[in-house]
Amino acid sequence: MSDVKVTLFITCIVDMFQADVGKATVEVLERLGCDIDFPMGQVCCGQPAYNSGYVEESKDAMKKMIATFEHAEVVVTPSGSCATMFKEYQHIFHDDPIWRPRAEKLASKTYELTEFIVNVLKVENVGAKLSGVATYHPSCHMTRLLGVKDAPMTLLHNVEGLQFEPLPNAHNCCGFGGTFSVKMGNISEQMVDEKVDSAEQTKADFLIGADGGCLMNIGGRIERRGKPIRVMHIAEVLNSR
Amino acid sequence: MAMKIGEGKFKDNVNKNMEDTFMRGAVAGAQERLRTRRLDAAEELGNWEEWRSHGEEIRQHVLNNLDYYLHELTENIQKRGGHVFFAETADEANAYVREVVNSKNGKKILKAKSMVTEEIGLNQMLEEEGCEVIETDLGEYILQLDEHDPPSHIVTPALHKNKEQIRDVFTEKLDYKLTEKPEELALHAREKLRQEFLTADIGITGCNFAIAESGSVGLVTNEGNAGLVTDLPKTQITVMGMERIVPTFEEFEVLVGLLTRSAVGQKLTSYITALTGPRMDGEADGPEEFHLVIVDNGRSGILGTEFQSVLQCIRCAACINVCPVYRHIGGHSYNSIYPGPIGAVLTPLLGGYDDFKDLPYASTLCAACTDACPVKIPLHELLHKHRQVIVEREGRAPISEKLAMKAFGLGAASNPMYAAGSKMASAMMKPFTKNDRISSGPGPLKAWTEIREFPAPNKERFRDWFKEHEKGGGGQ
Repeated sequence: MSDVKVTLFITCIVDMFQADVGKATVEVLERLGCDIDFPMGQVCCGQPAYNSGYVEESKDAMKKMIATFEHAEVVVTPSGSCATMFKEYQHIFHDDPIWRPRAEKLASKTYELTEFIVNVLKVENVGAKLSGVATYHPSCHMTRLLGVKDAPMTLLHNVEGLQFEPLPNAHNCCGFGGTFSVKMGNISEQMVDEKVDSAEQTKADFLIGADGGCLMNIGGRIERRGKPIRVMHIAEVLNSR
Repeated sequence: MAMKIGEGKFKDNVNKNMEDTFMRGAVAGAQERLRTRRLDAAEELGNWEEWRSHGEEIRQHVLNNLDYYLHELTENIQKRGGHVFFAETADEANAYVREVVNSKNGKKILKAKSMVTEEIGLNQMLEEEGCEVIETDLGEYILQLDEHDPPSHIVTPALHKNKEQIRDVFTEKLDYKLTEKPEELALHAREKLRQEFLTADIGITGCNFAIAESGSVGLVTNEGNAGLVTDLPKTQITVMGMERIVPTFEEFEVLVGLLTRSAVGQKLTSYITALTGPRMDGEADGPEEFHLVIVDNGRSGILGTEFQSVLQCIRCAACINVCPVYRHIGGHSYNSIYPGPIGAVLTPLLGGYDDFKDLPYASTLCAACTDACPVKIPLHELLHKHRQVIVEREGRAPISEKLAMKAFGLGAASNPMYAAGSKMASAMMKPFTKNDRISSGPGPLKAWTEIREFPAPNKERFRDWFKEHEKGGGGQ
């Protein structure tokens, strides 16, 4: 498959804090024959304010995003949570005759990265190589709200040299939850500690995830506790050679 | 004790309870067991998603036609000589029960497990009246013995106690001399309770589902205590939340199957009882007098609102058993007899935001609750709706947060502001950055960096890299 025009929604976290994840996303998709378009007008999807209850405050950002991606054939993003948010817009603008149809169009063409590779490009092995033991944290919005469970596992199992160890209690949230991580910091700390302990039990070299927010949370705690586990976004794993 | 079980602030409760390592160990272990059992039971039944949809449909149908079914239920109970009282408030419900108890000169009252009687503070009222009230559900019995320790879970109320702690309670209160083996503890409680059943004046139960077509009260237990509570005393009083109705036995069967599988991973519980009014001529057992108290206590105010779906709840606690927040803070932190996700949605609706506005924020919106709910209540969406109401309709958010979110709204939606902000971030954070990490951040980052490292903003943002990358013709 070649010359698929992909419009990239990179997410504000990747844009500002995880540029390497963005680069890896571009390189993986280009290698698979995609032609990448990155509209510079993209900002944040509005999720932090929206989830905190500030629906009106976040609507301008949402409208901005809908307009920015209107021209796209397909929108791909390296985040299950932000992809979910794009699909949520149609419900948020449910009673808005102008923005609802535009939001519905955006929802119908938005894909999370691994979902896009496996289900749209129909590629299960991207030819990546990485040696070591890995465990995977399935992020909540990606698995429960977006419903993408198998695609990342399919791709990771085909990474040459990667040995897999299941994460105990993988289904439990890592304690990020956007503003929850600071608003309820004491609870969040216990949740992320349990996640880090679980990862440590697997003796994995790599903890892999597909959502920047969760990885920032788990990774930040791993660093603070000085654990020898490298946190990697799945795009970086798929881009390893 | 009514719905509110303490005066402490949510944050203080959380900090206190998180130090209770016994409780946390007990909760984590129970969550894992109950989750696995629930998933196995759903798998064994097959077509779980269809059953969930069916359950949702039944509950929605009942809520949308509640007046009709309440009327049908009432008529059918009255036809068989039962009494029905509709209580708008907790006080009205308690006053009615008090009247019945006094008219029977009731002194010893036996109870089967009931959350709604906890909600209205029935035991406390009866004790103030000078009655002896005895809980017969083992979990509730333990808590009652332990100086009325409040329940921390809606199905297994003593979940926060381990067997050693229970042994200690029995040793102190019941002169118990055996070990912490559950079998020995349960047998001892059974022997004690048996004596009580025979001498009680009045039996009080809750109601899992009332069946409108027959005027029956459906009860689900594993200990058989509800049967004894209703069979032996001469007077039976059942207290139910006004939404706990099913049209016929057909729907009762569906919902009981969802309830027992979701609550404890059982196909059926050991006892499923349907009681229909007082004993009629020629019948062998049953009470001489039957009273049904239907409690509103704020429920009708939820009907027809954006929160109506919370009334679909069948009190199985599946959401509590998967909640990663409940896992660490336990039930008592919520300050409500209704803890966990269902409690964080329901409690502020019944008890108001003044006391409970922190609860909707005690969630990462991870949606594990929504996923587990057998009647498809979108719990995480309702938690989010509460936040929206608190911020937008009630205007109760802190000023600093409001300003930050206003700024976020402006900044995120505007290209020049986003571009400038994201570009400047790296330079602004420089004084706090060491090895590309911020270990002690300023302002809003402080709360984050108290717990974790924060990544320094990239000097070259992704978009800067992409511009260069594009110039190179998309090459490597």
